[in-house]
Formats: sequence, C-alpha cells, structure tokens
Amino acid sequence: MIHIVDIGMNHETAPVELRECLARNPKDAETALAWMRDQACIKEGLFLSTCNRVEALFITEREGEAESSMVELLSRLGGMPAATFSPHLFTYRGREAVRHVFRVASSLDSMVVGEPQILGQIKEAYSRATREKTAGTILNRLMHRAFHAAKRVRTETGICDAAVSISYAAVELAKKIFYDLGGKKVLLVGAGEMAELAARNLLSHGVSSIVVANRTFDRAVELASVFQGEPFAFEEIGSLLTEVDIVITSTASPGYVITSEQVKKSFRKRRNSPLFFIDIAVPRDVDPRVNDLENAYVYDIDDLTGVTRANMAQRAEEALKGERIVEEEVIKFEKWLNTLAVVPTIVSLKDKAESIRLTEIRRSLGSLGTLSSRQMEGLETLTLSIVEKILNDPIVFLKRKSERPQAAAYLDFARRLFNLDRENGEEEENGHSRDDKEGQGSS
Amino acid sequence: MMELILGRLALVLILLATAGLTVFIVSQNKVAYRWSYWVLLAGFVCLTLQIFYQYSAIGVAPVLTLKSALSFFAWTILGVYLLFHLKFKLMVLGSFIAPLAACLLIISSAIPETEVTVKPIFRSLWLTVHVSTSFVGNAMFALTFVAGVMYLIQERQIKKKKLGSMYSRLPSLATLDSINHHSLIWGFPFLTVGMITGAIYAQVALGSYWRWDPKEVWSLITWLFYAALLHERLAVGWRGRKAALMAIIGFAVLTFTFVGASLWLSDYHSFRNLGGWSDS
Repeated sequence: MIHIVDIGMNHETAPVELRECLARNPKDAETALAWMRDQACIKEGLFLSTCNRVEALFITEREGEAESSMVELLSRLGGMPAATFSPHLFTYRGREAVRHVFRVASSLDSMVVGEPQILGQIKEAYSRATREKTAGTILNRLMHRAFHAAKRVRTETGICDAAVSISYAAVELAKKIFYDLGGKKVLLVGAGEMAELAARNLLSHGVSSIVVANRTFDRAVELASVFQGEPFAFEEIGSLLTEVDIVITSTASPGYVITSEQVKKSFRKRRNSPLFFIDIAVPRDVDPRVNDLENAYVYDIDDLTGVTRANMAQRAEEALKGERIVEEEVIKFEKWLNTLAVVPTIVSLKDKAESIRLTEIRRSLGSLGTLSSRQMEGLETLTLSIVEKILNDPIVFLKRKSERPQAAAYLDFARRLFNLDRENGEEEENGHSRDDKEGQGSS
Repeated sequence: MMELILGRLALVLILLATAGLTVFIVSQNKVAYRWSYWVLLAGFVCLTLQIFYQYSAIGVAPVLTLKSALSFFAWTILGVYLLFHLKFKLMVLGSFIAPLAACLLIISSAIPETEVTVKPIFRSLWLTVHVSTSFVGNAMFALTFVAGVMYLIQERQIKKKKLGSMYSRLPSLATLDSINHHSLIWGFPFLTVGMITGAIYAQVALGSYWRWDPKEVWSLITWLFYAALLHERLAVGWRGRKAALMAIIGFAVLTFTFVGASLWLSDYHSFRNLGGWSDS
C-alpha cells in the first residue's frame, strides 16, 4: 500500500528565524533530492523550499520509517537537532497531503493568498525532481493535477487579481510614513519577482527614481534599464543609504546585507529623514536591529503579512471558492489513485474487452444473416477465447509485477496503454498542455 | 448680557462640534465631519464676537481673569487651527483640537464671574500686542503639542508593526512632522514678539524692562526651550519622534508658565494682581 506524505513548515507553523535556517543554502534542494533517492523507503520525492515554506513531499510504503528519515534530513539541512524544530513541523498524509499540495500550488496556503509566485516555484521544484529522477508515476500525476487545480483556481476565482498583496501593503505603509511618494527615491537590492513587483507598485504611486544594486553588476544594469534607474555596485549600498528613502531588499545572501551600523551612520548625513526598509528576502537582508533606530522602519515578510491580514478577510469568500475547486480535484485524484491497484486494473481491463467484444458481435450480426443457436454458441466461444488469450499475458504480467516496487508505474502504464480511464476524460500525457481539454473527454 | 449669551452659545456649539468630530474619528463618516466643521466655525465666530464685545467693554484684551484668559486661549487655538486647516486640510486634526478648546472653555465657564476693575495702565496698545502675540504663540505651540501626540501614536503603531484602528485614521508621519515643524517655526516668532512687547510695556508702565517676576522667568525658560528645539530642528536636523517628544515636554512647561506661574508664583502677572481674582 502506498502512502503520500508531506512534511514541512510554512509561515503559519514556524517563525521566519527558523525558516531562514532551513532555506540558507540554494544547494539544499539538490541535497534533499539526493537523500530521498538514497532512502530505500522513499519511492518518489519532491523538495520545495521558498521564502515561506520548506517541505518535502514523498511517496512511501513504509510511512513511519520514511517520515523519521525526512525529519533527519531537515535536521541536517538546518544544522540543528530535530527537537528544536519538530514542534513547528506539519505532517499531512494521504488525502490530506494531496489537498495540501493542491492548496499550495493554488496559492491558497500562501502568506498572501493568491500571490502568483508559488506556482512557478512549485513547477521548478517539480522539474528539479524530474531532473534528479526522484519523480515517478504518482508524483507526476499528482503534480500535474496540482498545476491543473491551480489553473482552475486562478481562472475561476478572483483571488489572484485582487489588489491586495505584499507589495500593496508596502505601498500603503510607505504612504503612511512619507505621505507623498513623489520625489522619493527607491533602492532595490537584489532581484526577485516580489521585489520587482513592489518597486513597480511604488513607481506607479509616484516614486520618482529607482537605483539598483546587485552583487553581479550585469544584473544591476539589466534591472536598472527595466526601471529606467541607475545601476550601482553592491559595495556602494552604504553611500546610497544617505540619499534614498525606501529600500527594498531581496537577495539570496545568507547574512545581513544592511547592518545597523551602516544605517546609523547614514542618518547623520541624511539629517534624520525617515528610511523605510521592505525586506522580502529569506533569510533576511536587513538586520532587525535597524528597526530600533530612530526614523528607521523595517518590515520583513512576516510583518507585511500582519498588515495584509485585515484585507485578507475580504477575500475569504473567493478563497472559499478556491477551496471547493481544490476539493473537487482532490476527489478526482483519489479516484485515480485507487485504480492503481492490480485488481481494479484487471477488472477494468476485462470490462473494457468485454464491452468491445459485445459491441463488435452486435455490429457483425447484421451482415452474418440468421445464425443457428449452435453457430451463435460457436461465435461466442470464438470471441471469448480471442479476448481471453490476448488479455492473458498482460494480466499475468500485472499480477507478477504487483509485488514489485515499480508496480504503480506498470499499472499506470497499463491503464494508459489500454486507455482504461477514458470514460472519465482523465487520461493524461502532459499536465500542462492537456488542461484545457479537461472534462470534455469523449466517451 | 449679550456677552454671556455669546459665550454660552460658543460653548454649546464647540461641544457639539467636539462630539461630531469624535463621531467622525470613530466612524470615519465624512458627513459628520462636514457638519462638525461648520458648527465649529460657528462656535468660533460666536467666541470671536464675545471677545470683541469684551474688548470694547474694557479696552484691553480680555485676559485679566483666569476665566477670560482661558476662553481667550481657546479662541486663539481654534483660530490657529482654522488657519492651519487651510494649509493642511487635515480633518483628523480637528478631532484633537476641538476637545482641547472645549476643555478650556468648560474650565473657563466653571470659574465664577468676578468684577473686573481695569486699571488705567492696562489701557495700552503695547499690552494688547503683548497679550495677543503671546497667546497666538501659545496656541501655535498647543498645535505643536497636539501634532506631537498624534505623531507618537502613529509612530508607535508603525514601529511596533501593530497597525491598530488609529493607523488608518491618523495622517502620515510626514504630515504630522510637518505640522509640528510649521507650528513651531510660526509659534516661536509670536512668542518672541510677545516677550519683547511685554518688556516694552513693562518699561512704559512700570519703569523697567525686566523685573525677575516668576512669570517672566518661566516665560524665558519656555522661550529658551523652544529656541533650543527650533535650533535642533533647523540646524541639527532633529525630526520625528524626538522632536515630537520635545514639543510635548515644551507644552507642559508652557502650560505651567501659563497657569501655574500666574496663579501661585507670580507677582504682578498674577490674576489677583490683574484685578480679576477674588479671595472670597
């Protein structure tokens, strides 16, 4: 019996400090996948690590063993004993896990519900799993269904297009600090979809200019040209702090990029005019102690959620609709999962063959003229034995493979080969391209 | 009689406006604000007429008794607020200023009426200029104080990242700091002129510019305090929380100078000596 399990932590279960520890190294994902591949108890696995979540999704037959092995992996990645973070872990199993994955992909589990980034991040995690060959039959199907669910939620609900987002909250705050954003200058440190979105939002609210600093100068030049701003080297941040008003940081740096001392020094030159830091990065880029300085305001990603919470209530209704869509998709997926056992597959294989046999006999009877009962009997025996002989080998094969670890793959392949799921319109080669035709399958 | 009716009317109107502005800050209802604003304006007009009436009756700014001084102060505060309103168009400021003015008027109306005997030396232009500029200066500083309190509330919310119900109601930090700044740089010259004309009047009426009267000393302390604040703001670049805090402390000193020094410490500045205080 296979189990789908999802273990991890997100912005709800763990504070940013803890998530930072687990999202320190960009190489972690590869390490995790390699680890999963090496564990005999884990058949398929996927590792997702973003600003707001670290989670491992895996398929196993030995639940307990696999779960404790994943906790051990997390403890290695974070470099701390399991006891320190295990109270912050969530574990979803079976249907719960499927629902969770669908909700994450649909951005229903996001800090800012409806934010568009997460789907891309999940797709990337999935393609990494494919590359590292940790994704198999069930995971492939699960992820494609997740992308499909996400697409439905995006198009059928208003969650995504509502203006509320982290960047929106940041603009509101900037206005409460500066009143008029006209003539204000923004410094963008590092790159990232979210940071660029925030910068764009600020620009549309009157911010006059943007300067960009990046570790790789080429990237800075590139970004600066997008915003018609000026590129600067990373080392110039200190002096830039004396002339900008809003700083958006989103680098992958493991340590602080902007220190308290740096900001303190800049205040003397800027005659104490306020500085607003929007820190989107995890691990954080701006030393939290900067917030203790007079006229400096630092909002990290968790703080910004707190600010958006009020607005999120208005979107609860749309989210509810999204949950319903997810639920529908979970049920569909479960149906498919249940067919991945040998007996149901053989039954439906036989059923299909039988229905073909009956249809064909009915069709041929017209041209055969009137047949005696002995002839009819002979026809029955003939067709039955043809069907039986053809099906014999595949059935024996499936039965023999059912004890093997790759049973699911064979079963899935058999179902596809014989097109057994056709009546549901659920056959699938590629989750991306087939989404649109869903539900209109011929019967 | 007319004077009494105007005073009562002004008090009622300003109390009404205070109630309306409180409703406004709680419910964010713009209609409540618009009505309150006009009611407040009407109250201000009544108060203006009353003060004009008093002035024409005694020939000097009506500040000889604590009762009339408080009501005069309320009047200048409202006047300064209405002027600032033209520049900043800040509705929520009214919700803070109106209660302050109402408070002063209530205290004023609670003080029993006393017979004022206007000494001939009070009938001087210098005195009127001294009194009105000092009061306008004080009113400006009252505004600095109110903006400072608002700033501290708003700043705390943003700093602590707990955006409560006042977050959306209070204006931006920049606006509050700007009010703080403007009322300070306008209030200071008024206070300065008030002190200079006071000294000139003292020379004319009493024969010496400076007599080390406690009120004079405290006024000087207040003046020095605001001078220091102004200097820090303009030259050193103080702003925000520190400036707001100092504005609040400054106003506490000023209030002491205005009430405390006049009532208990002062020699010839005291209301008793001005002829408006009865010992009965």
